[in-house]
Amino acid sequence: MDRTAATLIAALMALLAAASLVWMFQGIGGGNRAFILHLRATKLAGLVVVGAAVGIATVLFQTVAANRVLTPSIMGFDALYVLLQTGLVAALGVAGFAALPVAAKFLAEVAAMSLLAGLLFGTLLGRGARDIPRTILTGVILGVLFRSLSTFLARIMDPNAFAVVQSVSFASFGSIDAALLPMAALIMAGCVAGALWLAPRLDVLALGREVATSLGLRFDRLVLVTLGLVGMLVSVSTALVGPVAFFGLLVAGLAHGLSPSARHAVLLPVAGLIGAAILVAGQTLFERLMGQTGTLSVVVEFAGGLFFLFLLLKGRVR
Amino acid sequence: MIRINGLSHHIGPAPILHDINLTLPRGKLVALIGPNGAGKSTLLRLIARLEPLQRGRVEIDGLDLASTPTERLALAMAVMGQQTQIASRLRVAELVGFGRWPHHQGRPRPADREAVENALEAFGLGPLRHRFLDEISGGQAQRAHLAMTFAQGTDWLLLDEPLNNLDMAHSRALMARLAELVRGSGRSVVTVVHEVNYAAAWADHIVAMKGGRIVAEGPADTVLTEQVLSDLYDTPIEVSRHDSRPLVLHHHWHDQLGAPYPKASDADRFPLH
Repeated sequence: MDRTAATLIAALMALLAAASLVWMFQGIGGGNRAFILHLRATKLAGLVVVGAAVGIATVLFQTVAANRVLTPSIMGFDALYVLLQTGLVAALGVAGFAALPVAAKFLAEVAAMSLLAGLLFGTLLGRGARDIPRTILTGVILGVLFRSLSTFLARIMDPNAFAVVQSVSFASFGSIDAALLPMAALIMAGCVAGALWLAPRLDVLALGREVATSLGLRFDRLVLVTLGLVGMLVSVSTALVGPVAFFGLLVAGLAHGLSPSARHAVLLPVAGLIGAAILVAGQTLFERLMGQTGTLSVVVEFAGGLFFLFLLLKGRVR
Repeated sequence: MIRINGLSHHIGPAPILHDINLTLPRGKLVALIGPNGAGKSTLLRLIARLEPLQRGRVEIDGLDLASTPTERLALAMAVMGQQTQIASRLRVAELVGFGRWPHHQGRPRPADREAVENALEAFGLGPLRHRFLDEISGGQAQRAHLAMTFAQGTDWLLLDEPLNNLDMAHSRALMARLAELVRGSGRSVVTVVHEVNYAAAWADHIVAMKGGRIVAEGPADTVLTEQVLSDLYDTPIEVSRHDSRPLVLHHHWHDQLGAPYPKASDADRFPLH
C-alpha cells in the first residue's frame, strides 16, 4: 500500500474516532454514566457495523457488475426484506409479530436473503449464462415482484397491522436492536476478512471477464463467492436498520473518488470507514447537536439520490 | 505446438467453425487471415479459452485445454482480445503490471517489476506510465494492453486484431516487435490480422479462413497467391513482390464500381440474436 493510501485510511480512522468520541461523551451528565455509556456504545457499534457493511457490499457489487451506478438494493434485497416483514405481520398478526424471538427472526432474515443471492446468481451463472446485465435485470424484476406482493398483502391487512409494517419498512438508524449486534458484527467481520483476503483477485476481476480469464482467474467462481459476500453484508445491514437504497451508492462513489488507487486492498477499507464515519457523524449531528429535529436516513438517502442523479448526468455509468 | 482436432463451434443456430483440424508450429509468427465472419476471432478465442469448447480438442504444448487448470494455462499463453475497455480507473503502469499476475498472484517480486519495466520500454509507454487509461488515446490504450500481454512472459501470445486503433508507424513497429520476439527469444505468436500486407511482410506461417473453414495454410509464398486471395475475399486481387515477400494490391477502385457486394458468409446468413 502506498503512502497516499495509508494516509487516507489513517485520516478516515481519525475522523471516525473523533466522531465516535463526540457521540460517546457529548453532554454526558453526572448520573447513570455507566448506563448511558453502555447505551451509546451499543448504538455506536450498530452504526459502525451498518455503515461498513453497506459501503463494502456496494463496492464489491459494483466490481462484479462493472458499473458504478448499481447498488445491491437494485437486486431486490430491500424489497425482499419488506416482503418478509409484511408476510410475517400478515400471517402472525401484530401481537404474534411482536412476540417473535428477535435473534431467531434476524438469523432467518439473513438466511433468507443470502439464499436469494445464492439461488438467483447460482441459477443464472451456474448454467453458463455469463451475463451480468441479464442477472441484474432479473434482480430488478424480482424486486418489482416482491414489492407488488408486499403491496397486495398490505391492502388486505387491517390498519393496525399496516402501521406495524410501515414502521419496519423504512430505514431507522436510531433504533438498532442490541440483541442482534453480536451476531451481526460477527457475520460482518467474517465477510470483511473474506473480502480483504480476496482483494488481489478482485483487482483482476475488475479488469473484466476476458482479461481476467486470460490472466488465469476463475472468473465465474469468484463472481459467485463475491456475490455471496454481498448478500450476507446487505442482509446484516437491512436486518439491523431496514432498507437503504442510495446510501451505499454515496459511500462507494466517495470511496472511488477519494481513493488514490483502484486496488481493493485500499478501496474496501476506505469504503467501510467512510460508511461508518458518515453514519456516526450524521447520527451525532442529528441526535445530539440538532436535538432530533432531523432524520439521518432521510438526509443520507436524499444526498445519495442526488449523487445518483449526478452520476447519471455526468455519464459515469461505468 | 498448438494442435486442434475436430473443432466445431456454433452460436445459436449459426455455425461458426466446421470441423477444424490444424497444427500451429512453435517459434513462428502465425497470422490468421480471411474475410469478415470467417471464424478467425472465434478460433483464436477458443484456443485462448475465452469461449467454452463445444466440440473438438485443443492442446497447447501438450496441455489439454479442457482439463488443464486456467492458472496453468495463463503461464503458457497470454491473450489479448478485441475488448480493451476496462471499468476500473487504472494507470498505464498498473495495467501492464497485471500481466505478471499469473506469476505472483498479487505479491510482485523484483523480477516481476523488471518485466513490467521492459514491457513499458518495449512499447514506448515510459512517458505514459502514470497516465490513467481514460486519459490516453485508443491507440495508446491498445499499446498498453499489448504491453500487458508481453509482460506475461509466456511462450505463446494470442492476439485478436492487435493492429486495431494503431497508426501505420505503430502497426509496423508492433509487427516488428512480434517478429523480434519470435526470432530473438523463440516465442510463438498467433495473431488475427485484417491488413493482409502485414501478414505478407512479417508472418512465417499464414492460415487463411473462410466460412468457418481453413482454405489454405503455409508460408506466405504459398498462401498469398492471386488465386487463393481472390477466392478468399471474392474480389479481384493482384499479388506483386517487394523485398522478396508478396505484396498484395487491391486498390483498383475503378474496377469495382458497380460490382456486387462481397458474398455473405455463413455467419452473416444466420442472425445471431
